[in-house]
Amino acid sequence: MSTPTTVTSPAPAPGPPASRPPVPRAARRTWRRALRRDWQLYSLAILPLLFFLVFRYLPMLGNVIAFRRFQPGGSIFGEYWVGLRYVKMFLSDPTFWNVFTNTLVLGALTLLFCFPLPIVLALLLNEVRARKLKRFVQSVSYLPHFLSIVIVAAMVMQLLSMDGSINQLVRAAGGEAVPFLQRPEWFRAIYVSSEVWQTVGWGTILYLAALTTIDDDLYEAARIDGANRWRQTWHVTLPGIRPTMVTLLILNIGAFMAVGFEKILLLYNPLTYPTADVISTYLFRMGFASSNFSYAAAIGLFEAVIGLILVMSANLIARRTVGTSLW
Amino acid sequence: MVTVDTAERATETRPRRRRGIRQTRGYRVFQVVNAIVLTLVVLVTLYPFVNIVARSMSEEAYIIAGQVNLVPRGFNLDTYRLVMSDSMFWTNYRNTVVYTVAATVISIVMTTCYAYVLSKKHLKGRSALVGIAVFTMFFSGGLIPNYVLVTSLGLKNSVWAIALPNAINVFNLLVMKAFFESLPVELEEAAAVDGLNTYGILLRIVLPLSKAIVATMVLFYAVAFWNSWFAAFLYMDRQELWPVTVYLRNLIAGATGAENVGAIAEANEVQAEATLKAVTIVLTTLPILLVYPFVQRYFVRGIMLGAVKG
Repeated sequence: MSTPTTVTSPAPAPGPPASRPPVPRAARRTWRRALRRDWQLYSLAILPLLFFLVFRYLPMLGNVIAFRRFQPGGSIFGEYWVGLRYVKMFLSDPTFWNVFTNTLVLGALTLLFCFPLPIVLALLLNEVRARKLKRFVQSVSYLPHFLSIVIVAAMVMQLLSMDGSINQLVRAAGGEAVPFLQRPEWFRAIYVSSEVWQTVGWGTILYLAALTTIDDDLYEAARIDGANRWRQTWHVTLPGIRPTMVTLLILNIGAFMAVGFEKILLLYNPLTYPTADVISTYLFRMGFASSNFSYAAAIGLFEAVIGLILVMSANLIARRTVGTSLW
Repeated sequence: MVTVDTAERATETRPRRRRGIRQTRGYRVFQVVNAIVLTLVVLVTLYPFVNIVARSMSEEAYIIAGQVNLVPRGFNLDTYRLVMSDSMFWTNYRNTVVYTVAATVISIVMTTCYAYVLSKKHLKGRSALVGIAVFTMFFSGGLIPNYVLVTSLGLKNSVWAIALPNAINVFNLLVMKAFFESLPVELEEAAAVDGLNTYGILLRIVLPLSKAIVATMVLFYAVAFWNSWFAAFLYMDRQELWPVTVYLRNLIAGATGAENVGAIAEANEVQAEATLKAVTIVLTTLPILLVYPFVQRYFVRGIMLGAVKG
């Protein structure tokens, strides 16, 4: 092609540092040079950029319908401004506050169980001496991660059905069979335990990787100082995997608001709405069952903004306190 | 006193001979408890699979009586025959394959191109290009605007509605970028001197060196698309366009009294509803279970790679 020695030719003519352009003209010149040198690279980025702009950033702008009257089949940005009407509407909607609470409770429970349990399992696996056994336990525990959420939901339903295994246990213990999936008081337990079942094994991977990087000399030193097994775990192992813990905690907090939408959609029903209905499922029904797109978009925007604030504050706090952060 | 050796820890990574060191009584107790706990983890993880297989091969009467747990009662494969004779099941299965292949191809091309660009440290505007991608991990337009967009682009009822909105997964993108960054620059420089342009370098130098990561990415995307159901549920109006996950979803939806009761069960006036569900679950899970032992380590490797630099 026209510029044979392009991409990685060792930076011909270093030029002024591109990062600090005091004069716009100089900036334009460095850009022109970059384009001339790397146009083939930039051309590879066109389609992916188009993807991000159309399918990621355009929908963000599409959220303006939260403040505009929207008509199905009309403009994707709505027809005319209505101000904060839809925001006020959901803020004064008692159902919204119910689903908001449910979201917080399910999010908190998920965080409470699905964040620490992989650490515990990883520590236990780390103590296993028989390598084959360890490998086997790991392989089995990763398995649920690869199943479709539909299959997981289907399995949960089978296990909890009136004739399912759980109710067989209940009967064997002398109890009455319970229609678990029709009982709002059971939904949270069902949701969180199925979440644990599906995610804990896979969640250990990063911790196990981090555990192998801990320097053996640290254990040696701790032992010489008279630390027993527990204290070694407490003072060497846990600090060793702390960066991984913090990173995953931030990511978990970022996913806090987006509690398993698809799984809840598959598992809930009108009888369990009092505990199962969350923001995302509520806006799903508002949008698709009631065709109130603007109202649903307003709720969705609210949810996304809270999610963003959560992950940014978690990141900030982590950077200030433990010095580890995502960015 | 505690006498746990570090050599033992070293066996984790490189098998070295343990120096003969006594273990405390407490630690031996711990090892026993640990073995029990891990055995329980394995049993709890596997039980639902065994149970569903047992149900799928049992007679409906035993299931309803609540007598099926680990082994089939009244063993028969009639329901398998029934499900496998349903042409819609196979149509939906074929859809799953077609959607998975198409969407994975698109995703791989897009992800590879962008990851390669992002891996070039000297590129002007690189950090902005990274930022554009990473920001979408933490903020998204949301369900409704996405739906409005896909609908107004006229993508409904086509494979594009599944493939395009999910073409690039940012986590996968970062994993691949990290891999490309780890490749030696010298090779590419030599190729450039020899007159290869960027496209040539990517196709003939970089990709042949990246077979492992491309394979991992294919697996990541293929499993995600194979398992996905919501996009199809949202954008496919007609039964003959559904993937098999939506087929299963509509079958089980009846169980919770959700909106759509399993159309198939009704249409066939099937008596054996519980077995029917179990069989469908087994048949949808089977491909994943069959390939899982062979592909599992690629996944683990990919995750690690992403974690190191991601």
